[in-house]
Parts: sequence; structure tokens; C-alpha cells
Amino acid sequence: MADGASLSTGAEALKRNAAGPSGSKPRHMLSRRNIFLYGTLIVVALYYLLPLYVMIVTSLKGMPEIRLGNIFSPPVEITFEPWVKAWATACTGLNCDGLSRGFWNSVRITVPSVILSIAIASVNGYALANWRFKGADTFFIILIVGAFIPYQVMIYPIVIILREIGIYGTLTGLVIVHSIFGMPILTLLFRNYFTSMPEELFRAARVDGAGFWGIYLRIMLPMSLPIFVVAIILQVTGIWNDFLFGVVYTRPDTYPMTVQLNNIVNSVQGVKEYNVNMAATILTGLVPLIVYFVSGKLFVRGIAAGAVKG
Amino acid sequence: MTTGAPAGFRPQPIGGRKLDVLIAQPAEMSSSKRPSKLFRNLNAKVASIPMILTALVVFVGGTAWTVLYSFTNSKLLPRLNFVGLDQYHRLWSTSRWLVSIENLLIYGAISLVFSLVIGFLLAALLDQKIRFEDTFRTIFLYPFALSFIVTGLVWQWLLNPDFGVQRVVRDLGWTSFSFDPLYNSSLVIYGISIAALWQGTGLVMCLMLAGLRGIDEDIWKAARVDGIPMWKTYLFIVIPMMRPVFITTLVIIAAGIVKVYDLVVAQTSGGPGIASEVPAKYVYDYMFFAQNLGQGFAASTMMLLSVVIVIVPWAYLEFGGKKRG
Repeated sequence: MADGASLSTGAEALKRNAAGPSGSKPRHMLSRRNIFLYGTLIVVALYYLLPLYVMIVTSLKGMPEIRLGNIFSPPVEITFEPWVKAWATACTGLNCDGLSRGFWNSVRITVPSVILSIAIASVNGYALANWRFKGADTFFIILIVGAFIPYQVMIYPIVIILREIGIYGTLTGLVIVHSIFGMPILTLLFRNYFTSMPEELFRAARVDGAGFWGIYLRIMLPMSLPIFVVAIILQVTGIWNDFLFGVVYTRPDTYPMTVQLNNIVNSVQGVKEYNVNMAATILTGLVPLIVYFVSGKLFVRGIAAGAVKG
Repeated sequence: MTTGAPAGFRPQPIGGRKLDVLIAQPAEMSSSKRPSKLFRNLNAKVASIPMILTALVVFVGGTAWTVLYSFTNSKLLPRLNFVGLDQYHRLWSTSRWLVSIENLLIYGAISLVFSLVIGFLLAALLDQKIRFEDTFRTIFLYPFALSFIVTGLVWQWLLNPDFGVQRVVRDLGWTSFSFDPLYNSSLVIYGISIAALWQGTGLVMCLMLAGLRGIDEDIWKAARVDGIPMWKTYLFIVIPMMRPVFITTLVIIAAGIVKVYDLVVAQTSGGPGIASEVPAKYVYDYMFFAQNLGQGFAASTMMLLSVVIVIVPWAYLEFGGKKRG
């Protein structure tokens, strides 16, 4: 018995040896392949990081140092004055209260827009997944196709609609615009998520007598928190970064941060203060960057879904 | 909880509680008669009103409105005074529009080719079971979180001839070095493309990486057993297998190309002169500055047309094929 067993394992070992060594090839950290691989990746990574580095370095220098030196050299004398100036006293047109105004406008635009657009889209997706009525899919297809229509085609009719309602140029108007244009992708996101949830769950709730809103609030909402987080990431970065709608649907005193930033940096009057400009640029990019670095993998999920938005 | 639940869906009470039966009974009967179709599933319909309005009023209505008014001579205010194709004739004989279209084509070709190639190469490098994959991916993707305005302004600064890359290289001793794409009318669109690629390739890389991860490990093993070199495996086996990913990515990039606007506004404001104008900017300027709405509508209709040309074949391939099969 024992002999037979050892014989058979011996034969197997022989066979394995005949087929050559098994298992993954041992790799040395300094093989030519690795040097090429990591070398390329590091060079490319440096290229991607360079603009961020230059932004930060420039924003910490004084203007005399910028005129004399090299944009890549680290600051000799670190000064935070450009940041203070960008935030509090930089001028756009007649206003000289810095980017802080734009920042708070952006907050007042982004927060309600994110809440409203996600509320509408999640209910839409829920209705499309679980309470399909006749014609619902037609509207949904129109919505998805509409996501590909260039915004420029719909800008002016919306101006007219908002003017008729009397909210053209107000933050409310812009919030509605963001909710409208966030709808296609978010509805798709939620519809797909709710469709993937087990049907029995919905049926059981129906048997227990729960209605449309009851099921949505007590079952769907608590069970789909991850997708809500993805939607929030998508919308916060998307709406914060928006420029076109901000410039079309708001007035100078309600301009969002991106529009104000562009006006500060690209204004033709006055001496160009590159350090202040770069500080302002970082300040504007800070919110989406924080969202990006904190959210990690969820951001990737969001853009994979939101990429359709273009 | 049950308020407003559609009558037709009211569940039959199980067990014999009399009150429930009494309440449920009429509801059952009314649903069997279906007195009004409109009120069935009422809550879902009410909840979908924003979607229906958006789809019909904004997307269909707004688009139709713009196309209709592109045939009028509207100036400051939209007027239904039809002039046929006059606006289009004017559009295609305006040098600024022709420059815009040319720029869009160059920018589009560069974006498509380079972001696909670079995005795929980066994804392939990251797919080699390397260490610190997450770190590299985070670095390649972070520009995508930034707005086009921020991207444009950073690259405006980097490409500034007096302080940026050109100055740095000249300070190193190469005094005749010249690299000022943003101030050179024949190069400016390439300068903008550099910034766009920096911002957008991370996204392509992510989509490609997801596609590569979807390839069965056995295919790699089979190719290795057959002794096929890696680059050949990629070129002739993996890439053809990733066709759907490539098509989706292509559509995403193409849809983004047509919309390019903020990047140009931030980086060059269309300058020098009109050298870096793009269609989206033409539309905006004619609608809101030049007070020539008709031109703006005609230009935006042309943008719509270009999207249709891209989207329809794709939709046909993607969805038309499935119906046949």
C-alpha cells in the first residue's frame, strides 16, 4: 500500500519535471524588464505630477522670485501672501473680495444641485426599475440619447424657460439646470442598480402592503447607500467643475468659483500676479481633488458610470 | 405607508381578517374593471414628471426649437422670420467658423489617437502585476478630477514663453530654443491638445484597465504556451477581444471633443487672434455677445449634426446588431 502511494507520487513528480519547472518564474527586482517597467511608469507619473508641483511651488513664491527664477525650482522664501490675496482681495471687475465669493457661490450651487439631482434621479431610476408604466422606457431612451446632445443646442431654450419662470440669473435657476443635465447619467446609474437588486425583496414589501414611497424610503434607500455615494462623488466634482452653465445662467455676483477664477486669471487689466493666479487655481481645484483622494476606488466607479457624460 | 398605492397592486390579505377583506374587496373589483388607465401606477407617474418634462420639454423641445430657429434671421431676440438656409451659408463662409472646424478636427484627431494609445499603453503597463499599482493609477487619474478651467490655466502658465518651459530650457544654455505653442497661431491647437491629453488620458487608462482585467487569464497562458511574444498577443488577440471597450471609449472621447469649450476659454480665450477658436465657443459668443442668435443656432445645429454622425453608426452597431441576433 505504502509503496504504491509513494510510487505514484514519484511518477507524478517525474512527469512534472519533464514538463519543465512549474510555478511562476522567480523575478528579480532589478531585472531588465522591471527597470523598463517601473522606469517608464515613474517618468510618466512625474510628468503627470509636474503641473501640480509647479502650481504649488509658484503659489508659494513672491513675484520678484518668479521673474528671476525657474518655474520648477522650489521657493527660496516661502510666502503665503498669494494665497491670502487670492482668497480675500483678488479683483474681478469691480469686486475685490477675492475667490471667497466664488467659493461660497459654488457651495450654494453645488449642495442643493447635488441633493436635488440625486433625489430626482434616484426616484426616476426606482420607478423605471420597479414600477414601470407604459411609455416609461421611451422617456428613458430620450433621456439617454439626450445626454449626447451638445449643451449648446439646449442652452438658449432653457434661458427662455428660466426667464419665463422668472429665475434666470439666480442660483435657483442654475440648480435646476444642473439637475436637468445630471439626470440622464444618474438615472441610468440608479436604474441599473435597482434592477440588479433581488426582485423578491420588492415583492415581499408589496405583500406587506408597502407602497411606492414606502418601499423607496424604507428598503431601496437604505440598501443602496454605495451607489448614492458614487452619485454624490460624480455630482460634486461635475457641478463644482462646471463652467459653461455657470457663465450662462448666473450673473457676476453669483458666478461660481470656476468662472470667477477664469475672470481673475485672464483679466487684461493690471499687472499679472502669477503667484496669486496659481494660488487661486489650486483653491478652485482643491474641492474635487479632496473628493478624489478621499474617495479612491469609488471615484473610479463613478467615472466609469459617468463617463458617458463626456 | 400604503397611501396612494395603486389600487391594482393592492395585495390580497392572507388569512381571514374581516375588515381587511372588506377594504380590499372593492379595490380588487375596481382594478378588474380598470376605470381609468391613467391613474394606475399613479405614484410612479407623478415621480417621473421631472424626467418626462426633461425628456420632452428640454431635450426634444429645446433641440427642435433651436433647429427651427436656426432657419430664421433672429438677432437680439428669437423671431420666427424664416430665411431658409441663409444662416448656414453665412456660417460656412465665415472664416472664424472654418478655423473652428479645422481646430476641432485637429484637436479631435490628436485626442482620439493619443489618448487611446497612451491610455492603452499605461493600462497595459499597470496590468503587469506591478507593485504600487494603486499609487500609479491615482497619479495618472487625478487630473481628471480637475476642471478644464484649472487644467487650462495651469498649462497656460507652464507654456508661458517668458517664465515656463521655454525659459527654463533657454536658461540651461540652449538660447535659441523655442517652445511657445500658445502664442503661435499655427501651433496653438497643439498646445491646447497637450493640456487636454494631460487631463483626459487617465480616464481612458481606467476604462482600458477595466477591459484588460476582463480578459480571461487562460488566454494569456495559451499564448505563452504557444510562444507568442507579448506584443503580438496584445496586438492580435487582446485588442481585438477588447473591441467593445474600445468602441465605448471612442464614443466617450468623441462626445467630449465636440463639447470642448472651457479649456480653450481658460487657456487662450480663442487667441492669438482667432487661431484657437472652437465651435462651442463660436456658439456661445454669437448667442450671448454678438447678439446674433440665428448664427448661434445654426452653429449649434451643426454641432448636433456632428454628434449625430458619430452616435448613429455606434448606436446602430451596438443596439441594431443585438436586435438582429
